[in-house]
Amino acid sequence: MTSAGIPAVKAAARPTGGGRRLRLSWLGVVPFFAYVGVFLLLPTVIIAAGSFAAKDGSLTISNFTSINQPYLVKSFVNGAVVSVVSALAGGFAGALLAYAVVTGSPRGLLRRAVTSASGVLAQFGGVTLAFAFLATLGTTGVVTIFLKDHGIDIFPNGVWLYELSGLTLLYAYFQIPLMVLVFLPALDGIRPQWREATESLGGTTWHYWRYVAGPLLAPSFLGCTLLLFANAFSAYATAQALISQGNLIVPLAISNLLTSETGRAQPGLAKALALSMILIVTIVTVLYAVLQQRSARWLR
Amino acid sequence: MNSARRLRLRIFRITVFLVMGAFFLVPIGAMFEFSTRGNSLTAPRTLDTWTAIIKVPDLVQAISVSLQLAVITSVAMLALLLPTMVWVRLRLPALRRIIEFICLLPLTVPAIALVVGMVPLYRWIKINVSESILMLAFAYLVLVLPYSYRTLDAGLASIDLKTLTEAARSLGAGWGTVMLRVVVPNMSTAILNACLLSVALVLGEFTFANLLLYENLQVAILYQSFVSAGTSIAVAVAALMFAFVLLLILSFVGRPRERVARAEEAA
Repeated sequence: MTSAGIPAVKAAARPTGGGRRLRLSWLGVVPFFAYVGVFLLLPTVIIAAGSFAAKDGSLTISNFTSINQPYLVKSFVNGAVVSVVSALAGGFAGALLAYAVVTGSPRGLLRRAVTSASGVLAQFGGVTLAFAFLATLGTTGVVTIFLKDHGIDIFPNGVWLYELSGLTLLYAYFQIPLMVLVFLPALDGIRPQWREATESLGGTTWHYWRYVAGPLLAPSFLGCTLLLFANAFSAYATAQALISQGNLIVPLAISNLLTSETGRAQPGLAKALALSMILIVTIVTVLYAVLQQRSARWLR
Repeated sequence: MNSARRLRLRIFRITVFLVMGAFFLVPIGAMFEFSTRGNSLTAPRTLDTWTAIIKVPDLVQAISVSLQLAVITSVAMLALLLPTMVWVRLRLPALRRIIEFICLLPLTVPAIALVVGMVPLYRWIKINVSESILMLAFAYLVLVLPYSYRTLDAGLASIDLKTLTEAARSLGAGWGTVMLRVVVPNMSTAILNACLLSVALVLGEFTFANLLLYENLQVAILYQSFVSAGTSIAVAVAALMFAFVLLLILSFVGRPRERVARAEEAA
């Protein structure tokens, strides 16, 4: 309505501003850039520069070549495995939950409850999550004891909660809600008419999912799974609280390198690991953004 | 939709909600159960672990410190972000993309990686500025940046900022009056949401505090678990409930405004 008037207003306002006002108006954003410069960009620069610096300050790539140690390579592989498995499992489970939500009333209480709860639980990592699962599936956990009383031993070959499989289960706890949050908009874009069109052309439910909804949702699903991967790959607090020792995944290795009290602290190596993590997460996030854009063409 | 398919869909939905409900609620219930256990499995339920919270000085200290950090971070976030965003929208629209990019950056930089770069910075701060744990607020501001930016940006988008500020300015208001008496009251919901999100994030923060060698609530809870698992779980549940209430308030506060906006859209 008023959009026609706005350019005219702008054009009229511009000459009165003058050059001096424009130069002074930059002062308004100085605090923001000063803060961001010190607490966001400087740390990033410290990481990038430090990862190429030797102990004496000279330029080197030895920090990166020393990532090629068995225990560090293993932590990368472990981290990737946990992230892929928890992203796929969380992705599928989250997609099912999201589908169960969208097939209900769009303004209903159930949908509101699930989205609100997902918002909370997607952030629910760390110490509390580790404790929750210790109280559930630890050796004296509620479910462990309950099942034992009924003749089922969930740890026949030792306690797996503190290993990769346990960590993956814990990660699913925040991956599923995140998937619900990011995948719901895509599911909302699916029109009932497409299903009706499939049916009127003689297609079955299988045909609909295989040739219509599946291909439309695939890019978004893949993109969301990538986001979940990045989310799990970056997670640290949960693993630290659950496992507390060793270098099972990259964040734990970084943490040990930073805090090692035995004089083996290697800041250069820690920075190289941090930079590698940032690169991996950035690449995955960019792929996510590209896939989201692709799927936005149909699902809006 | 034929009836067979409707029935199948119904069964599918009920199954999904039951399974997911169990997966998400059982661990939280288990924490309650665990924290009210007596000394042995047959002992009666007690609230000993809950009352023990206030008897552990480290925990009380950590709770107080984390609450202070939450308040400082929220206030600093508003003081830094809101004027900048208003100013950029009004005077420097060319910078909007850059500011948005910077604010969303912490989402792609893992906290565990960022903290590596903060270690030297905080070593310097501890020596030259202050050893106080409240210095962590600077780092936490980075963490809450993306969420606060999105919330405040949505709030700013919902008001006619240009007209409002021009009206106020032409009536003789200074920029301080414009911010405090025109902008803030008009987007109070967004501001409240941003603050609640920040508080929830700060109360749950572990990575920065642990690796920068400060003892905030989450770190204290972890330490406490080495002494008494029951007490640490009791604090964790209490903190979780507090965050949950905050976010519940958030999800309900946000609603009326939306409805108004939608009604206006329809009209």
